[in-house]
Amino acid sequence: MLRLEPRTERSRLLLWTTPLLAAAMTVVSAYAVFLIIGVDPAKALRHVIFDPFSSAYARSELLVKAAPLALIALGLSLGFRANVWNIGAEGQFTLGAIGGGAIALAFYGVDGPWLFPLICAGGIAAGMGWAAVPAALRTRMGVNEILVSLMLTYIAVLLLSALVSGPLRDPDGFNFPESRIFHESAIPPMLIEGTRAHIGIAIVPIVAIFLWWLTRYHEVGLSLRLLGDTPRAARFAGYSEARAVWFCLLISGGLAGLAGALEATGPIGQLVPGIPVGYGFTAIIVAFLGRLHPIGVVFAALALAVSYIGGESAQIAMSLPAAMVGVLQGTLLFWLLIFDLFVGYRVRLLGPPKKSVRATAESDREMSEAGGA
Amino acid sequence: MDDVLRVEFVTKRFPSVLANDAVTFSVRHGEIHALLGENGAGKSTLVKILYGLLQPDSGTLTLEGKPFAPANPATARESGIGMVFQHFSLFEGMTVAENIALGLPGARPDTAFESKVRTLSEEYGLPVRPTQVVGDLSVGERQRVEILRCLMQSPRLLIMDEPTSVLTPQEADDLFVILEGLRKRGLSILYISHRLSEIRALCQAATVMRGGKVVATCDPRNETARSLAEMMIGASLVQPISARPEPGPVRLKLEALGVAAEGPFGVPLEDISLSVSAGEIVGIGGVAGNGQAELLSALIGESPIAHGDICVDGVSVLGQGPSQRRGMGICFAPEERLGHALSPGMTLAENVLISARRRAGLSAHGVLNFGAAARFAGEVIAKFDVRTSGPQQTARTLSGGNLQKFSIGREIAQKPIALVAAQPTWGVDAAAAATVHRALIALAEAGTAVLVISQDLDELRSLSQRLAILSDGKLSEAVPTAELSLAEIGTLMGGRSLQGGMHATA
Repeated sequence: MLRLEPRTERSRLLLWTTPLLAAAMTVVSAYAVFLIIGVDPAKALRHVIFDPFSSAYARSELLVKAAPLALIALGLSLGFRANVWNIGAEGQFTLGAIGGGAIALAFYGVDGPWLFPLICAGGIAAGMGWAAVPAALRTRMGVNEILVSLMLTYIAVLLLSALVSGPLRDPDGFNFPESRIFHESAIPPMLIEGTRAHIGIAIVPIVAIFLWWLTRYHEVGLSLRLLGDTPRAARFAGYSEARAVWFCLLISGGLAGLAGALEATGPIGQLVPGIPVGYGFTAIIVAFLGRLHPIGVVFAALALAVSYIGGESAQIAMSLPAAMVGVLQGTLLFWLLIFDLFVGYRVRLLGPPKKSVRATAESDREMSEAGGA
Repeated sequence: MDDVLRVEFVTKRFPSVLANDAVTFSVRHGEIHALLGENGAGKSTLVKILYGLLQPDSGTLTLEGKPFAPANPATARESGIGMVFQHFSLFEGMTVAENIALGLPGARPDTAFESKVRTLSEEYGLPVRPTQVVGDLSVGERQRVEILRCLMQSPRLLIMDEPTSVLTPQEADDLFVILEGLRKRGLSILYISHRLSEIRALCQAATVMRGGKVVATCDPRNETARSLAEMMIGASLVQPISARPEPGPVRLKLEALGVAAEGPFGVPLEDISLSVSAGEIVGIGGVAGNGQAELLSALIGESPIAHGDICVDGVSVLGQGPSQRRGMGICFAPEERLGHALSPGMTLAENVLISARRRAGLSAHGVLNFGAAARFAGEVIAKFDVRTSGPQQTARTLSGGNLQKFSIGREIAQKPIALVAAQPTWGVDAAAAATVHRALIALAEAGTAVLVISQDLDELRSLSQRLAILSDGKLSEAVPTAELSLAEIGTLMGGRSLQGGMHATA
């Protein structure tokens, strides 16, 4: 019989190899799925895995997709360490797009080097404001931040739709629910000419290294780790849970907002109802795939960007269902969670008689402790 | 056949430790037999084997001359083993009879059953009313219900695990009378405890275990507490010396402190006043659950206080968090080592940062100095004889005694103005307890005001110059320990003042 036993020490080796194992198993699973739906698996997988690296433009697109994922996941992973579960980054991303976009539209036609930083600040502020709602409700009334942040996402998406159909609609846009196309000063400087790779991509490593330093060498990191692992010891250490909740939600909301403002002004170039495409949710996978470690998150974001671009490429080339990207990402998270179990537990092979004796002894002990000896 | 139980060459090995190594002893008819040993000596493993919770790797058990190998507690009970755990398993909302019936196969708590319980309780001198709701009973009475539940199955051997650890001295005396009565009726009792005085008063035989082996069998009535302790730890004991210089000025002062209850089963504190002077160790005794948790949280600053004041060297610490309070000179050693004082998954060096980062200068503008933290941890390890591979060892992997030495040592090494230590030797072996006691005394001698909150009266009586008792959220006046008799302490623990009469709400 098989039996799961907790390890005394979490396996460091497994902690960092599980993402690779999960990626490998995702490829195996995808192979099986392609077989079942009657598609040439080798050809489909070639599109998924190699197309994103096939040209300079494809590689730049990889960075364009990875940047928002990384920015959002960097913020989320801070909170996930400390048991602060911001599931509504998609909403904060959307609000960031609205905030940044609204500033761009308010200063439509105005030129100046100050405008783009102002747009970024507006996106950050809007994302923080949206994340402040679950922070306030949790710290003051004990409301679960998972539910509040998640539900606010749907409000954010509808708010964007309402705004681009109303006040922010392009006056010369034939009543299409879209804003004006942002002018030159309101869009991010490009990193690589002729591509969509913008300055936001350069922000990612800076944020990642700063957060790595913060979590590794600063008391903030210690307090978040303590709150996640041992809340009572965190209080004993003098770290307030409320402050950590505010910190995690504001930072993750702000980074998601920044990603939203960059996405709206960069690759998209205007406000449209279709800005929220699920980066905020995919970033949750990115955070866990990157082991909640700032540097790991950057690599995980690149891996998920491959699934987006490779998936779309296979989809177009072989006319596969549009749900394929989601299936790939979901499968990846599924395998990751399964392998994660073995970081904290080991599998033991037990002889059947020994196992039955121990099992009855333990259940009897539980009974005797709960009910009566 | 004079022996109820014979244990012969019982061996039980766990992956990392040989818990029982060819353990051999026997319990005679009508005998209260003590099983003595430090934590980790193998007592609990042996008891679990007797009660069918564990199976031995080798060796034999004989009960009433018949081979005995219980596969689970149900068969152990059928064979005639009764067990009273240290922590009771009773439902507070149900009556005594209902609780007893729950543990017996096929029993229904009807009137016939109630009268059966009543008869048995009268026969064995265990005064309990079967119709009473357990929630209304005192701890001593609840223990009687547990014993009655065992007696309903007419056991041959009753195992009692640390039965007096939850009782006041008077309740313990009542228990001894009951146990003596049971013994006279021919029941044998295996009595597990580390309280040497009660073993000497109560037991006719004792088996002493150390490191999984039986190291001595003796008649405790012919031994001294000291000789028993030395058998247990296998070394001679150094008694802490309690003759200490006169205390200096007041350094820690609690003024009319009031604190709300923690959680639904907490106890609110009312008007706690106490002062501790430089060079003095003051003890707060009492059974756990009488406001100890609330007092500790209020002192640490983890929970707000309703009224009153806490002053360190005359300065109020109110409105300050735990870290600021440490900066003002008061340090804390909570009773729960893993999960409160220390974080199990962190290394010892990282754990130092939890409480010592401020006073030991391990954090500058929020940037942590891990090198200094490791050095500080290394000093604590060396000074307090913590058995570990070094500062980078994960806290979870240390034994309880070593964790306690590290946890207390971390606070003492910060040279606080005042130290609050809760249950400083709870669950710790005698050698580690002696280390902790010596360190606390040395700290007081260096001029620190030390406040010890403990359930262990022996510890408080040997350690503290003055002693106060916390009962139902109220603290008695702290009086010189030497002037308090055990009977007086028991009166205070029961919630009555020494002048006679009850507290208003007691």
